[in-house]
Amino acid sequence: MALSVSNLCKEYSDFKLDNVSFHLPKGYIMGLVGKNGAGKSTTIKSILNITDFSGKILIDGKDNRVDEIAVKQSEGVVVDNPFFPVSFTLKQIDKYVGSFYDNWDSDKYYTLLKKFSLSKDKKVSELSRGMGVKLQLAVALSHNAKLLVLDEPTSGLDPVARDELMDILMEYIEDSENSILFSTHISSDLEKIADYITIISNGKIFYSGEKDTLLSKYFIIKGDYRKIPESFRNKLVGIRKYDDSFEAIIDKENCDKIDKSQFSLENAKIDDILIYTERDSRL
Amino acid sequence: MVIVIKNNSSEPIYDQIKNQILDAIISGELKEGECLPSIRGLAKNLKVSVITTTKAYNELETTGYIKAVQGKGYYVSECSNKVVREKMLEQIENHFDKAIEISKKAGISEQELTSILQNLLKQEE
Repeated sequence: MALSVSNLCKEYSDFKLDNVSFHLPKGYIMGLVGKNGAGKSTTIKSILNITDFSGKILIDGKDNRVDEIAVKQSEGVVVDNPFFPVSFTLKQIDKYVGSFYDNWDSDKYYTLLKKFSLSKDKKVSELSRGMGVKLQLAVALSHNAKLLVLDEPTSGLDPVARDELMDILMEYIEDSENSILFSTHISSDLEKIADYITIISNGKIFYSGEKDTLLSKYFIIKGDYRKIPESFRNKLVGIRKYDDSFEAIIDKENCDKIDKSQFSLENAKIDDILIYTERDSRL
Repeated sequence: MVIVIKNNSSEPIYDQIKNQILDAIISGELKEGECLPSIRGLAKNLKVSVITTTKAYNELETTGYIKAVQGKGYYVSECSNKVVREKMLEQIENHFDKAIEISKKAGISEQELTSILQNLLKQEE
């Protein structure tokens, strides 16, 4: 496993991460999906070991607290605001940030800057959001990171930059040695390339598994509420009623017991699943 | 070979990939023994997940159209033509089945039915 999160818990006064577990096999991409405040950032901070938590997180089999230095060597990070001092030029990053990494490859760093159209004389403070993402990617790839963790990488990126990011990420995992975890709260193009999806809702895991399985798991069901058998009503997730009509999502496994011709059924997309599950947790 | 993914299609993406490779085999564009793009390379180029392309290839392999060579990748099976022929025969049978079903409903005799087929074949010539 490239990343293994087991029984991750963390309690704040008004929120808790409750027994979060998920596993990302080597060579694949996982999207961590949930609305703002669902627990994505806390999960990512725990993986990066920049907050304390209970539970166990293994990266390529190594405990991220016990083997912290080794884990950080093999991990690349893309966050909202790059961790680099803002007054540094990209050239200084090679010198000072590079010196922290055993496997730092200066040539690769400059090749990537060129490829990403980043000038080595620019300062970190002068970078746009998209450029900041690219710089962090260049740093991660230059120290040969095996696991790339991206926190909301697409927020604030224009469609062209998002497309470029997808290309870079697909190229990164092509050799099947590298893996990616990214978080997102919006349905993004990135979902297209994710192999696995983990949905986190209110601090708990709602789903973690293959994306294709998730996409064929739920129907959006709409119709006349009076036609749903009593025994079946508790199978509906995130139900919303108006007059006699209703809409909800439902696990396809549970659909055998109803007369399908009586209702409108369509495949639920990740966004739909998110909306309906969140609606449920508010009740 | 051209593979085009429609993101808004109701057909799952792995089915789209599978069917387009199949079409290329049937049309002869992909020939017996020809090498297919790598699973990860194809995923990268189509911007779809690796699991999706893996699933498409796995299904093509199970049905015998392509085969995996350890460490080398996927190739169009040598007997893919035979498999394709069988598949087409199956399709023909299905269509005949439908024709028979309709003729029964309409009370059309066996003789009449075969003469329809013969006439159609003559027209083709």
